[in-house]
Amino acid sequence: MTTLDEQAAPIAIPIRPDETKVERHERLRLLVRSPTFLIGCFLAGIWVVCAIFGNLIAPHDPVSPDILSKFEAPSAQHLFGTDKLGQDVLSRVILGARSVLVVAPLATILGTVLGTTIGLVTGYYRGFVDEATMRVVDAILAIPLIITALLAITAVGPSRKTLVLVIAFVFTPIIAKTVRAAVLGEAQLDYVQAARLRNEHGPYVMFAEILPNVTGPIIVEFTVRLGYAIFTVATLAFLGFAADPTIPDWGQDISAHYQSINAGYWWPVLFPSLAIATLIVGINLIADAIAQLFER
Amino acid sequence: MTDVAIELQDLQIAYTVRGVDRRVLRGVSFSIGQGESYGLVGESGCGKTTAAFAIMRYLPRNAKVLSGSIRLNGEDMLAMSGGKVRRLQATTLSMVYQNPASALNPSIRVGRQLAEAFEVLDVAKEEAETRSEAMLQKVQISDPQRVMRRYPHQLSGGMQQRVVIAMALAKNPTLLVLDEPTTGLDATVEAEVLDLIAALRQEFGTSVLFISHNLAVVAKMCERVGVLYAGRLVEEGPAQEIFRDPRHPYTVGLLRCIPRGGLRKDETALDTIPGFLPRLGADLPGCVFEPRCGLAKEVCREHEPELIPLGNGRASRCHFHDRAHELPRVAPARLPAAQAANGKPLLEVEHGSKTFKQEGQEVQALVDISLAVRVGEVLGLVGESGSGKTTLARLLLGLTSPDEGSALALDGEPLAGRVQKRTNEQVRSLQIVFQNPDGALNRRHSVRLIIGRALYKLLGLHGNDRDERTSQLVESVRFDQSLLGAKPAQLSGGLKQRVAIARAFAGDPRIVLCDEPTSALDVSVQAAILNLLVELQTQKGVSYVFISHDLGVVRYISDRIAVMYLGRLQEIGDAETVFAGPHHPYTEALLSAVPNLEGEERTRIRLEGEIPSAANPPSGCVFHTRCPRFLGDICVQEEPPLAEVEPGHLMRCHIPVEELRRLQAEAPPMAQSKTTT
Repeated sequence: MTTLDEQAAPIAIPIRPDETKVERHERLRLLVRSPTFLIGCFLAGIWVVCAIFGNLIAPHDPVSPDILSKFEAPSAQHLFGTDKLGQDVLSRVILGARSVLVVAPLATILGTVLGTTIGLVTGYYRGFVDEATMRVVDAILAIPLIITALLAITAVGPSRKTLVLVIAFVFTPIIAKTVRAAVLGEAQLDYVQAARLRNEHGPYVMFAEILPNVTGPIIVEFTVRLGYAIFTVATLAFLGFAADPTIPDWGQDISAHYQSINAGYWWPVLFPSLAIATLIVGINLIADAIAQLFER
Repeated sequence: MTDVAIELQDLQIAYTVRGVDRRVLRGVSFSIGQGESYGLVGESGCGKTTAAFAIMRYLPRNAKVLSGSIRLNGEDMLAMSGGKVRRLQATTLSMVYQNPASALNPSIRVGRQLAEAFEVLDVAKEEAETRSEAMLQKVQISDPQRVMRRYPHQLSGGMQQRVVIAMALAKNPTLLVLDEPTTGLDATVEAEVLDLIAALRQEFGTSVLFISHNLAVVAKMCERVGVLYAGRLVEEGPAQEIFRDPRHPYTVGLLRCIPRGGLRKDETALDTIPGFLPRLGADLPGCVFEPRCGLAKEVCREHEPELIPLGNGRASRCHFHDRAHELPRVAPARLPAAQAANGKPLLEVEHGSKTFKQEGQEVQALVDISLAVRVGEVLGLVGESGSGKTTLARLLLGLTSPDEGSALALDGEPLAGRVQKRTNEQVRSLQIVFQNPDGALNRRHSVRLIIGRALYKLLGLHGNDRDERTSQLVESVRFDQSLLGAKPAQLSGGLKQRVAIARAFAGDPRIVLCDEPTSALDVSVQAAILNLLVELQTQKGVSYVFISHDLGVVRYISDRIAVMYLGRLQEIGDAETVFAGPHHPYTEALLSAVPNLEGEERTRIRLEGEIPSAANPPSGCVFHTRCPRFLGDICVQEEPPLAEVEPGHLMRCHIPVEELRRLQAEAPPMAQSKTTT
């Protein structure tokens, strides 16, 4: 092997720096600098802190009724006032973050995992399975999300587990569609053919070859879905399907008090509503920032 | 000297990438006279397109003009206001891009789009229509009225490019910028479009800036040429002289990379240019080419040479321009001699056909192909796009299953049509090197994983054995060990293709299909990859099926050549026999379409129109609609058999071979005039 050794010369020259690493680094830097992302993180961060350290932050016990001091207007003692059972609204809002922030992310993660798997399988194998699955997906998508959820919960009865499963179930088809579209593009590339030419099994091709190349759209879809999940959890609680009626819950609190607004007791409704709004806006801002990053 | 149409003076342009200015043009000066055709050549990344965009004032937002001027008819373009620039873009400057499909709006009819080009010049609507029609006639579209009613996607690539050229000429521009206008087209169509551009230039007297990486095309089309390297004009002068007697080591190197003049692998190895193009914006105190130049001395490192005039309009930016031709070879003069291919057939396909179903219609992509790849030989596969070359490759690999009645055999043993049904041994035996290494390598996997996985799946190697074998493999493709952890995005095109080749060789294959393995690469890299392929073949005794549209490359590397047209084998034989003739009229047309660097006007025959649709192939001999040597009714009614005309040389033509020999020795026939729509 002496004949062409001179040709090794090109390789002796230092190569480019790791562009993928540089790119990842650049992306992170852009993300951290983006005001959208920072505001989003701030808003969502408040509620994450509340959910984790709620017991330490809350000034009062959120579930100790005090009939004597019901519907007290916001004051120094009760910053957000008290509700119709005389419980401290601020404390209930702080601890209410917990029920939403457990159910919504779990449901979204489960939905993303299932959706990604279905998207990979249908996008890679195509054919009959793909056709059949996609028709089912379309059918599920045709029914309004909240109605599907209501039906399912009424059937099995509300619990934290049911909520997670139901929301994951309605998210799965949406995520599957997004992932499938990305996989269709990837499956055309020659590296997939090359894998077939060494007799790789389907699961390896899907999860080790294709999956790492479609993480962008999956991350974007995940953050967007998370916002919707929070909204869905709150809506279901408002409609009477709270995961656990004994612990504070924003949707449940709004539902319990909105009829008292006419009597001038606005505070037990406004503050939980603001909580829902800020959390969703926060998550959506993060989602926007991430989506923008991947579109670049 | 004629009047100057456009003049660039010391133009320096930088792109701001991640907050840092990176220079792409390092002081480029040239001028184009009225009616002159000026070629800009160089490998990708040298700044050719940036120069064109600067002239058009189309530079992207992150581009910055650091210094210099562009004067159009004496006026400084860089000082002009936005409105004035837009007026110039509408009236005096035109550009034709590489990809005509993206230059046309897919949702507007061709006629309307073309008329718009006139309407911006304040031509009334009806008048614009008439002029559009006339313009389409000028670009040799035979049924303009019908074409005008069509949408761009209903036209073939060649037709689309004609429409784009018609739009560009609508304003009778002072300067026409052509950026790789024929790169995406087939050789036969390219030849037609180039002829058209040359004819129109005569007629309109337009100045042309012609950008191409293909030196032969530039040699044919341009009067003067500038060679661009790393944002510097390194050599300039009359086209023919530069290519005959280059005076800059870079030009010398480029020319040596190209397989031309019937060069063959057993005669000479191609030379290469060592090293890489400097990174964008790299700091180069001396000569820009010094790091890769075999003639470089101390002075080259420290002082950048001026553009030294050599008389006769020539100039070279080299301290040693008078010794440029002494540039030492990088590659050895000869490659190790290949073992004589023994005649034993290794892979055979009998009556190989493939029919696709498309919208209820049957499309025959391959029709009754019978051929054998012999042990240790390189079988070249040529033909226009749509002729079925890649389908044949996929069929051999088992990626598409053949129709009933087709038979494949490896070593005389029957071979299943689908790769899943083949034995591990058979899967290992047949591997491929794809055209585009970007798509062929998983961009999230490291080189080590890409090659290691192939070793594990094909040879069952684990742990140390695998690592050891990986090292050997990458060494055999001259890929540095230290880069094993790199991801494909970190590697240059040539290095990526080396990884792809290493992967193809991982399972000790017996046949490697090379599907245009060098067409996505620059010429210097192409030369290195071709040398590598030849060397590997000799070492390992594998056979190649080598698909390429570049006849020079095919001739260089192939022992035998198969010519395909519309899914049918038209001719097959020893490479030299096929090239020397007598050849099939289709082969003759392909050969005649290739522009050559020597600038000699070869006898030319032109194929009119495009390859017919495989869904509705012509009757009789499928080539009869375009055949320059069309005989008559027999060609329309009866498909000629693939007959042996000389020992080992098979051809599918009604014309007797002696007659063909006589005809092809004479002057070429005029292409028949047929409707081309």
